[in-house]
Order: sequence, then C-alpha cells, then structure tokens
Amino acid sequence: MEYNGVWTLGEARNGEIKEVSFELLSRGRKLADKLDEELVSLVIGDKITEEKAEELIKRGADKVLLMNSPALKDFIVENYSNVIEDLIEEYKPEIILAAATSMGRTVMPYIAIKTDAGLTADCTDLDIEEDTGNLLQTRPAIGGNILATIKTPNHRPQMATVRPHSTKPAEKDENRTGEIVHLKFDSSLLDGRVKKIGFRKNEEDAVNIQDADVIAAGGKGLKKGENFAMIRELAGYFDGAVGASRDAVDRDWISYPYQVGLSGKTVTPKLYFAVGISGAIQHLAGMKTSENIIAINEDPDADIFKVSDFGIVGDLFEIVPELNKQLAEEVK
Amino acid sequence: MNIVIPIKQVPETSNVKMDEETGTMKREGVESIINPLDLYAIESGIQLKEKYGGKITVITMGPPSAEKALREAIAMGCDDGVLLSGREFAGSDTWATSYAISTAIEEMDYDLILAGERATDGDTGQVGPGIASWLDLTLSTYTSEIVDVNLIEDEEVDYTTTETSSIVVERMVEEGYEKLELPLPALLTVVKEISFPRLPTLRGKQRSRKVDIPQWNLENLDMDEDYLGLQGSPTRVVNIDHPKVTRGGTVVDVREDGNIEEAVSQLIDYLKSEELV
Repeated sequence: MEYNGVWTLGEARNGEIKEVSFELLSRGRKLADKLDEELVSLVIGDKITEEKAEELIKRGADKVLLMNSPALKDFIVENYSNVIEDLIEEYKPEIILAAATSMGRTVMPYIAIKTDAGLTADCTDLDIEEDTGNLLQTRPAIGGNILATIKTPNHRPQMATVRPHSTKPAEKDENRTGEIVHLKFDSSLLDGRVKKIGFRKNEEDAVNIQDADVIAAGGKGLKKGENFAMIRELAGYFDGAVGASRDAVDRDWISYPYQVGLSGKTVTPKLYFAVGISGAIQHLAGMKTSENIIAINEDPDADIFKVSDFGIVGDLFEIVPELNKQLAEEVK
Repeated sequence: MNIVIPIKQVPETSNVKMDEETGTMKREGVESIINPLDLYAIESGIQLKEKYGGKITVITMGPPSAEKALREAIAMGCDDGVLLSGREFAGSDTWATSYAISTAIEEMDYDLILAGERATDGDTGQVGPGIASWLDLTLSTYTSEIVDVNLIEDEEVDYTTTETSSIVVERMVEEGYEKLELPLPALLTVVKEISFPRLPTLRGKQRSRKVDIPQWNLENLDMDEDYLGLQGSPTRVVNIDHPKVTRGGTVVDVREDGNIEEAVSQLIDYLKSEELV
C-alpha cells in the first residue's frame, strides 16, 4: 500500500498552537516509532509563525506542514475539510489523529466520508497491531461501560479522534530538528458558503473545563445555586475549573457549559472533586477517566464512592468549608 | 420550511445500575427510547415548524421495532416517519450508517436537517457530520441556539442576486459560542442548551398510531450494496472489554464520629502524596 506516515492535526487559535496539539504528538510519536515511519504535524490557520511551528518539532514531529491564510483564520468545517482532503490526496498519510474537540469531532467525520476512510471517535488508547501494522483504536462506549477496540483493515487513511487530556503533552526537546514545510493555500478550495459572523466568550469564571487540570464539581446535594460559591472557592485553590452534574444544571443553579456527563462534556483532569454528586451512570461517563477522583457525599451507598480514590461520607456543608480552610492554610 | 430529523433508538440507561463485579450495565428490563439528545433536535424542529410552517419527517435506521421511536416523535409533533430496516444494514459503522441515511434523505424534499449531537450508546457524534458530508450540506455541530431564519420564497427569488435562504446559529465551542450563518439546506447537530423537549400530546399520540410508516431498504432505494452494513463499513470492532470501574479508594465516614477536621486532613495528605497540592 502506498500510504505512509503518521499525521497529527494540530489546532491553533489566533496564531497560538493549542496544548492539545502536543498531546497528539505524544500519541503520534509512539505509533510512528512502532511503524518506523515519519511523524507529521499538520497545522492550518492564520499568522502561525515559524517559531510556533518549531515547537511541534521540538515536541516530536519530524515534519510540520504549515498552512497560513487569512481565509483559514476561523475554523469553518467546509474549508478545512477541502484543504485536508486535498493534502491527503497529495501526501497519502497512513494514519491521521485529531483531538476529540469541537473542531476534531466536526472536521474528521466530514473528511472521512469524502476520503472513504475509517474513523474512530474519542479514543483513549492507540496502538499498532503486531503482524498487520494496523492501528488499534480503543474507545469507551455505552456511557463508558465498555471499552471497544476498533481497527480499519482495508481503508486508508486510518483516522481517529483522541480524547483531550487522555495523555500528557509530549516533552520539549530543544535539540530535536525537523523540517517545516510552508504550504501554499489554494483559494479554489475555499467553500465560501458558511460565514462566521460573531463570537462571544464564555461568561464570568467559565474557563474551558475540558482544558482544566483540576475540576471541582457540584451536584444536587448543594441544595441551591448560591452554594456553588464554596465549589468555586475550592476550585480556586487549584486554579481549577467549576463543573456540575446534570441535576444542578437542570435546576438552573449553573449554566450548561459547566455540565459534565453524557449530555454535557467529557473531562479527564488530574483531579476531580465530586461534591454532592451521587454518581449517576451518565455523570460517571463524563468523568470517570479522571486521574484522581475525590467524592464528598452524605449517602455511603452513592455510586460516586465506587469510582473515587478518596471519599468522605458526611455533610458536605461541614466538610467543604473545612476543606477550603485547610487548603487556604496549605496555600499560605 | 421542510425539516428532516434522523433519530436513533437507544437503551434507556438513566436508571440503570452498574454490576460491581463485572463492571457492566445491568440490562434486565431495559427499555428502548429515543436517544435523549435527539429530543432536542425534535423540539427545535417543531418550534421551527410552528413559526415557519412546513413539515417534519423523522427517519431512523434499525430493526422493525425501531418504528416505536418514530411514532413517539410523531406524537410530539413530527409529521411523517421513515424506517430504514433490512438485513443489509446490519453491522453498519458510522460511515455506512451515514451513507444509508443520506441516501434516504436524498429522496425527500428538505431545507434543514436537525440531529442530536451524538447518541448515548455509540457516543461517536459522527453520523450527523457524515450525513452532511455525503449530501454536501453546510454543517454546524454543537448548535446551542437558532438565532434567525431567513427564508426566501421561491416566487421571490431574484435571479440577479445570489441571495439564498439561510439560518443563523450559535455553536458551542471550547472557549465560547461562535455565530455562523449557513445557507440552506444545512445540517445542524444540536446540544441540550437549544431547547426543552415537550411531552407528547394526547392528540399527537392518537395521530401517531394512524400514520403510515414506510419501510425503506435496498429493495426500494437506489443504494450501492457495497456501501451497506458490515461489508460497507471501513471499521471493525475487534475486541470488547468491560473495564472494572471500582477503584477501591479510601472512604472515611464522619457521620458518626463527626471528626471532620481529621478526615479532611487525611484527604489533604492524600492530595500531597499524589503531588496535587
């Protein structure tokens, strides 16, 4: 088969390369080494400097394909898809990895159809099959209750989106060298149908919870919206983000972008506090791959304690203030 | 404005408990329901129909019993249902599923396709964008609001301009909300924030029982058999694992002794041991 090389689809915004691009390089480096093939990072955007692109080399890419154009400043799926399809046809990569973000989960299925490629969503593990060299893609399904391993035996490229934070970003090695290829944007690939006409940032303290290393989440046990104040305080000690269960969002205590779970966001932080959250199967699906889970709940039979690394059974209105107090001491 | 809504029937999991031993869902007596995220698409479709007129067709691919999901959607306020059912569809991955559904939709008269962002069982979110790609439609995923619809009636079309009907939406991304203007026909996948699904009405239920739901498959649709089912699917599931969910962590119960300070101090020690503080 003529297909060769492992590609990662980097993400950039306002000329800055996003951290998730470096996570993809961790994944990609391992696969490229096993296959003894080149690791290529493709980045599309506007005003991404050579210096920024260099960081992708230092973090493991052998080659960077860089395409800058004012027309590509915003992610418009039809445009990005046209550009990437064109590059796939030209370079014929064997594997393409993208992040399972609002961009990756949109552009990858659009491309997979046009290129007759196999695509696996939201993978948490990737490997190469010994004899065949096929990509083995493992992903949680049915609310995280099963882990399915999937391969694409006869179609190329093999495409996968990878769950953000499911691996560490590749380390920087200042001595690594590689090639940066400046690709020329062919304006005939511009679809031109969809226009981005505005953007509003998340309100108040809403950081992107999918990027947070620490999340303090509150649920029904908080009893009212004002009590999220102590969850915010708790998150604050870690420079972390606030999250919520569906119960809390449905009661209008906090807005939807904070919701963790099957009908909200999937998160994989280093540390997750579940406060007054019983651990319904849908909530667990969104957070159970977190590295460390701390549960505070008054019901000893709550399912959240099954997935927790450390749990306290008791009145959260006594426990959380005490926790905040002791953390304040630590921070001092 | 005519709307098509592809939906999926999934196992009802909201009250399902986990089996601690095997880490699997206890599936006994689990009912089949409309994928909860599809309800937001259905509600948004009905709201658009109430405002702009037209008709809503729901379509699903599945076993004959999936007809129930279509009738439920009709009871909520959709007009027609189409069931894609046949052995040739068995084992379809998202590529083959979006091919089959898009082939059926091609037979319909539509301005807009609304879909749930993903299904709660497969959890891929790939079929919606896949349908858009097959039909070469404009696409907005993670749509959280329909801001405006600009419909140009056929008789008004001024051939000296390129103006077409369009829809303005907001889509939820990591940092906030993007506002997009898409010409119709378009496909939107929607998230929970877009609407609050209504319950079926009695009249809707009565109507849903009488609606004739055609069954479409290879026999009456122009499809390439090589693109269907397992043989048409680029991907193969090669292994299924049931991960143990129980972590066996420390649990301190302070309800009796009330020694909260000590419990919290243990927690802080734990966080320190994991280098989290």
